[in-house]
Amino acid sequence: MYLSFSDRKGGKAAQAWPSSTPFKISPVIISLGIVSMFTDISSESVAAVLPLYITGVLGLSMVAYGFLDGIHQGISAIVRIGAGWTADRGDRHKAIAVLGYGLSTFARVWLLFATGFGAITAVIGLDRIGKGIRTAPRDAMITEAAQPEHLARSFGVHRMLDTVGATIGPLLAFIVLLLIPNGYHTVFVVSLACGVLGLAVLGLLVPGRRQRVLEKQAAIADTASQAVSRAPFAWRELNNPQMRRLLLLAGILGLVTIGDGFIYLVLQSKASFAATWFPLLYVGTNLAYLVLAVPLGRLADRWGRLRVFIAGHGALLAAYLCAVLPATGAAFTIGALLLLGVFYAATDGVLAALAGQFSPEASKASGIAAAQTVVAASRFFASVGFGTLWFMLGREHAMVVAAVALAAALVAAVILVRRLLPGAKSGDSALDAV
Amino acid sequence: MSARTRMAWLAAITIVVLGAAVIYALWSYNQYQLRAQSASGVALSTDETWHTGPRIIFRNTAPGSGYGHVAMVPLEEPAGPRTVTEAVCDRVYAAAGTQMCLRTNAGIVTTFQAVRYDSQWREQQDYPLPGNPSRVRVSSDGQLFATTVFVTGHAYAPASFSTATVITKTAGGDHGNLEDFTLLVDGAPIAPVDRNVWGVTFTQDQNTFYATAASGQKTWLVRGDLAQRTLTSLRENAECPSLSPDGTKIAFKKNLKPGPTPFWNLAVLELDSNTETLLAQPRSIDDQAEWLNDSTLLYGLPREGAVGDEDVWSVGIESGAVPELLIEHAWSPSVLR
Repeated sequence: MYLSFSDRKGGKAAQAWPSSTPFKISPVIISLGIVSMFTDISSESVAAVLPLYITGVLGLSMVAYGFLDGIHQGISAIVRIGAGWTADRGDRHKAIAVLGYGLSTFARVWLLFATGFGAITAVIGLDRIGKGIRTAPRDAMITEAAQPEHLARSFGVHRMLDTVGATIGPLLAFIVLLLIPNGYHTVFVVSLACGVLGLAVLGLLVPGRRQRVLEKQAAIADTASQAVSRAPFAWRELNNPQMRRLLLLAGILGLVTIGDGFIYLVLQSKASFAATWFPLLYVGTNLAYLVLAVPLGRLADRWGRLRVFIAGHGALLAAYLCAVLPATGAAFTIGALLLLGVFYAATDGVLAALAGQFSPEASKASGIAAAQTVVAASRFFASVGFGTLWFMLGREHAMVVAAVALAAALVAAVILVRRLLPGAKSGDSALDAV
Repeated sequence: MSARTRMAWLAAITIVVLGAAVIYALWSYNQYQLRAQSASGVALSTDETWHTGPRIIFRNTAPGSGYGHVAMVPLEEPAGPRTVTEAVCDRVYAAAGTQMCLRTNAGIVTTFQAVRYDSQWREQQDYPLPGNPSRVRVSSDGQLFATTVFVTGHAYAPASFSTATVITKTAGGDHGNLEDFTLLVDGAPIAPVDRNVWGVTFTQDQNTFYATAASGQKTWLVRGDLAQRTLTSLRENAECPSLSPDGTKIAFKKNLKPGPTPFWNLAVLELDSNTETLLAQPRSIDDQAEWLNDSTLLYGLPREGAVGDEDVWSVGIESGAVPELLIEHAWSPSVLR
């Protein structure tokens, strides 16, 4: 059952699930999915060959790259909040998204001419900033366009298209390099072309504010009681119990979510299978993600979004266990990869759906940005902490500690959700309400 | 704009953009084919009389056929015609009949490997590598070799850049990733999260080596001990060491501009007196130096105005020495005396 914003205020559940509204995906979401697909082909094709280009062609080492990447992640988190706020303030989600996608596309043009290490890192930084800017306004537009009772499923459709792009990108890049061994500039040109296509789809097919207002006016012309103007943006609107709880939950689980780079390293140290196929490991995860994004989104809408979000972290726990078990062999490697895909499919779009659901209309982009920033920041701390454990205890023991911590956090998450949600005492499971 | 007009615009943009990308790809494919079939841009040698004598082997970066292949020139005539072998390598190093090659195998799945050749460039064994080739060195007796690669991230693993440096025994087995060795800085063991080790250089004995250890913005020249599995810091801000043939000096690259865009110059450390000489010059040098003899260093520099082409330079080890272009269109030099 979907607990809408007005339901929460009214303090009662409106209707029993399953919802009677048939699922119909909005063309806006399909368009945004295609935008993300092209943009991901664009960014992932470059990301896949950039290390080769920097070391093999430019003859530079990449020592400073990791440090810079950390800084860029920080900048990205800050601009994410700022962009969400700006988008909400002026109701300019599309304009801010265009700015974000545009910056990343501009970075591709620059890449064609950049040869020094400084220039390359500036290009990557610009791309990251663009990504930080566009994500929250785009997810707010998805929330707005989706049917509320099918929100997570709608996000699933978007994330599926997005992941299709992230899978095609590296493959496309390596095919180009296979045909043209020094064809890095061809990869960059193809990447630029995909970036421009994404931007064109966004600019031409996704309705902006004026168009949306006109459509809305037409739609409610006969129900004159409703006002066309929206409530003004206010931070305090975001400071509601549901949102606080979601941020707390996401933060707790984020703090025990180590980067999957670590999981790949553990798998790689265990099995020669993983070492040989290391560059391809993430494709396995992506495939599981894109296949499961829609079904798990659908499940989240029916069974409860918080439930699926928490269960997704259960899949992550299973992936940790696959990595930590002494048994070796391809089955465990593949199992861990698929479970990681399940984790992403059950959490990424669902988190945006939850944050969108708990944010009032005028501050959706800010609410989504806040949730995504909490997750990014807590996962960053988790990776730093896990890195320390890695060297103190060795990789196997560190992995065991991470698994135990995740299991404990899962228990805490279930208790938190059960205790705090309204309706928990009414007999129904609290988790059903969301 | 009506929906129809929008779709028409989108179709037009798609055709123009994809058309331009395809035309560019076809053009560069043609350019590549032309270059690969054209004669090499440098003079080639067919004289095999010096192939077992003192020589420099390197990666040939001259445009045309043989690009990326291992090549060699006689030590006394480095600028003369070169012999190009069939081996294709990103980095190459050889000593005592052990010839090591780090290679990128482009494909739908791009993989990396170290390949060990014998002195006749016959493939002996290959070893999978977890990332992009960066450095390779062989011990003077040919019994050990060290590889450094960049293990790079992917879509979901932010900030995951790291190096993996492994010392392997030619006869079989290895000493594992040097990151797992105990790192002693100023006598005390430290275990920072982000530590990395790279750029090994071997000594004459079977146990001691030098390398770079790093954490945060700091780098250290470390002396490694294979039996004790320790890395002991000797000096801060010194990367990619290279021990001179007589074992008395270490050349390394020193970062003169800390921060996001480093600027490296070579420096030489006298081990007995602990005195450092900086070889200042206007271009940043990002390579592990190689000793031509006990008083001259070799290093690779990207060729200005050309992408994917480098030159090997030489420079004396006294302060103020002026670098000279030694081998054009070459990279990753290795001196066989």
